Amino acid sequence: MKNLFKKYEGKLPLKVINDLKENMPKNISEAKLKKILEETVTEYNKMLVQPGESVGLVGAESIGEPGTQMTLNTFHFAGVAEMNVTMGLPRIIEILDGKKNISTPMTEIYLKKPYSQGKDIKRLALSIKETTLKEIVSEFVVDIAESKIEIKFDEKKMQDIGVDYPVIQKSIKANFKELALSKKGDVITLKLNEKEKELNQLFKTKEKIKEIYVQGIKGITQVLPIKKGDEFLIITAGTNLKKILELDFVNKPRTISNNVFEISSVLGIEAARQVIINEVYKVIENQGLNVDIRHLMLVADTMCATGAVKGVTRYGVVKEKSSVLARASFETPIKHIFNASLIGEVDNLNSVVENVMLNQPVPVGTGLPGLITKVKRS
Amino acid sequence: MSEAYLNGKFIGTVENPNEFIKKVRDGRRKGTVSNNLNIYYNKITSNIQMNDDKGRLRRPLIVIKDGQSLLTESHIKKLENNEILFSDLVKQGVIEYLDAAEEENAFVAFSREALTKEHTHLEIAPMAMVGLCTSLVPYANFSPGARISIGSKNQKQALGMYAINFPIRIDMDINMLHYPQMPLVQSVMHDVSNYNKHPSGQNMVVAIMSYKGYNVDDAVVLNRASIDRGLGRSTYYRPAIAEELRYSGGLTDEVSIPDKDVKGYKSEKDYRLLEKDGIIFQEAKVTEGDVIIGKTSPPRFLSSMDQYNFAPSSRRESSKALKHGEEGIVDFVLITENSEGNRLIQVKIRDQRIPEIGDKFTSRHGQKGVVGLIVDQADMPFTASGITPDLLFSPHGIPSRMTISHLIELISGKVGALSSRYIDGTLFDVEPEKMLRKELLSLGFRENGVETMYNGITGEQMEAKIYIGNIYYMKLRHMVANKIHARARGPIQLLTRQPTEGRAKEGGLRLGEMEKDTFVAHGASLLLKERFDADRTIVPVCEECGMVAVHDTFKNRLYCPVCGDNVEINFIEVSYAFKLLLDELKSLTIHPKLILKNKY
Repeated sequence: MKNLFKKYEGKLPLKVINDLKENMPKNISEAKLKKILEETVTEYNKMLVQPGESVGLVGAESIGEPGTQMTLNTFHFAGVAEMNVTMGLPRIIEILDGKKNISTPMTEIYLKKPYSQGKDIKRLALSIKETTLKEIVSEFVVDIAESKIEIKFDEKKMQDIGVDYPVIQKSIKANFKELALSKKGDVITLKLNEKEKELNQLFKTKEKIKEIYVQGIKGITQVLPIKKGDEFLIITAGTNLKKILELDFVNKPRTISNNVFEISSVLGIEAARQVIINEVYKVIENQGLNVDIRHLMLVADTMCATGAVKGVTRYGVVKEKSSVLARASFETPIKHIFNASLIGEVDNLNSVVENVMLNQPVPVGTGLPGLITKVKRS
Repeated sequence: MSEAYLNGKFIGTVENPNEFIKKVRDGRRKGTVSNNLNIYYNKITSNIQMNDDKGRLRRPLIVIKDGQSLLTESHIKKLENNEILFSDLVKQGVIEYLDAAEEENAFVAFSREALTKEHTHLEIAPMAMVGLCTSLVPYANFSPGARISIGSKNQKQALGMYAINFPIRIDMDINMLHYPQMPLVQSVMHDVSNYNKHPSGQNMVVAIMSYKGYNVDDAVVLNRASIDRGLGRSTYYRPAIAEELRYSGGLTDEVSIPDKDVKGYKSEKDYRLLEKDGIIFQEAKVTEGDVIIGKTSPPRFLSSMDQYNFAPSSRRESSKALKHGEEGIVDFVLITENSEGNRLIQVKIRDQRIPEIGDKFTSRHGQKGVVGLIVDQADMPFTASGITPDLLFSPHGIPSRMTISHLIELISGKVGALSSRYIDGTLFDVEPEKMLRKELLSLGFRENGVETMYNGITGEQMEAKIYIGNIYYMKLRHMVANKIHARARGPIQLLTRQPTEGRAKEGGLRLGEMEKDTFVAHGASLLLKERFDADRTIVPVCEECGMVAVHDTFKNRLYCPVCGDNVEINFIEVSYAFKLLLDELKSLTIHPKLILKNKY
């Protein structure tokens, strides 16, 4: 029986063969199995896209048409435990245009075993969040006469976030080497150098100290521990996937961000392609629309085909087209025609737009095949 | 302390704003302050805004003092006896005009009965809340505002009698309804505005039922017998205008039958209806292409020699002819002079418009629809008493639009028709529906307006009782005869060789970008090519330089203007638009080189 399956490995995808293997009764006869496999092959071939099918255009129309029905912005998540996320048409445009800075970058952090059950979840979340000094300070006192700054800390907040004085002192020292530092109770006093005794300098230093990085991951502006099904995970606003994946309590294979470019640089282009598909599909599903996922796969494939993420814009995917006329018919025609004339580009009229312009049969569907006959020589 | 503004400009401060405003208002009522001035106190900013500039919408209200109306019985009596006028009441301060801003400070009572001490004004009549056109909608307070607005807008497009002197007027695009009727259900405004002297609709017998699906989606079904008796029949008038223009050098246009050697001479047949003076005669039947006013113009460009050489051949034909698809009868010829002293000829052409499929009809309640089918009387449903409706209206038009007024008019129209009287449907002040129903019952009909009806085709009794009565329907000016358009072959543009655009130019219907996509999506590649063949051309191409060569058909010679005679030149088939693109690229000093290759 195994031999028979092996025979069909080239004709059917592995997944289909495995499915068949699993669902076949143990004592099936050889002849019957062969019949089933033959039938599967014909069915499979029927389902394949036929040569000459204009998949790109059908895909574009299939995404574009329901797109006209999309409500521009959805204003939900007004509740307490959720964040406002860009959804709807703006989000789709953002993804397909290949925007580098997306409007709401987010990470979903899945956790390893004890933590995914809710252990220390709040502390973990806060430890990820990028904390600056001003967030744990209750009062700044600027002493002009002595030219020193007294910083009073909010110890309760410090406890919540999980910072202690040595860490703070260390990070202040790292940023301001010239300051003399002394601690008394919950107050840290900083004294300026004799040289820099100017009043202006004092205030400037105070403002700089406020923004000192204390702990957490840079770029994470907000954290939100939530329960999804029966496990806990952390959602963050702002992304820094590289740093997050370095943490030891993170379930690395499942943690994902919604920033396509970040994914492509951290996890690679295949992951980026999958994120494009997932994110667009999420929006379409969210709007209650029905678009076949294969259309999105095609778009994602085109965007990622070069190995780098390219948006569907005149600087991205369209720029990669080989035909001058096709590029010119999209946007900025004069630029393309001039540049083509400078280097003497040749347009081989291989795709649809050029052939419509020249009133030639477009090479899709019935226009694709040609007939070749042998001419009898008499 | 308040700041005072006049027409938005700061003019000073006021110690006691309330006292100041009272003084101004009293002054206005006494006549010491212009009654064009409106004053408004903004409590939040404690500013006083005064306006007397133009462009504010104002409406008249009766002034109330201490809960008592200033308009007394004696005023009304005097008004009735024509002793005083409305404007006198305004002068006396009994009635004043408020603008939108001052209305914010006013407390207006809806009716005399609702008056209290707090009220500052009283409505003259509840109907005064809406405008002239809207108050022509009967039972308007029973329908949503949006529908009433649509209803009043539709009435403006209704055909009627737009002017009494229409036979001697020359107007562009005018329609006259043949047998206008006064509406059975009227409002006070129909009297006040003299609507009954120039009505613009007809009282039709309407049954609310479907008819084989021919009145879905807001369509209506008409009775052919009614149409044959003149229902919804109208005449369409349009003029042909020609002017004898004067040009420099003492040259003028000339209205006459053009000579045969005039440039652009049509054909003798086209000029056959012209009389000696070059103008058509009255009551002539004309169809497309027929010349109505024969006219020739001097040549466009005069060389110095031509000035002394007035050969008629150099004159251009510039006659006024009937355009494609037009027909009619010459109604009236007017020869006059315009303000510049040029001779002006205006010919009015009339065309009878009998209702046909696609013409637009409406009731007064925003329930417009186009004719979906015209049915023989024999096939129309009929009632027990043998009445066949003029018009069938689909019940699906009612639930979503909630035009209850449409339904009530049907009942009161029925009562009006049966008892031969006009019913009052004035906004907020109608004859109660209860009374109408009682009257209908006493006239021998079901009080709810339904009747047993029979299928006109099979004669079977219908299971449902049909709601049937009279509704005032109007024919709107959008008629298919003015809009119908199709083309198989026709004129093309000079520049692109593509079909012209628009009905007036007998243009093609564009197969646009998205329509093209559907062809591609179906893979119908060769069909797409055929559809775009309208500007197909065959051009010779020089194989050497790749540019369009010259084919001299006269000498049957092929040559390339760049490379000369001794090159291979082949013909290719492309769209003319592409050839144009190549030319434009050349003008940009780009060399578009076509590399030819055999397809097979």
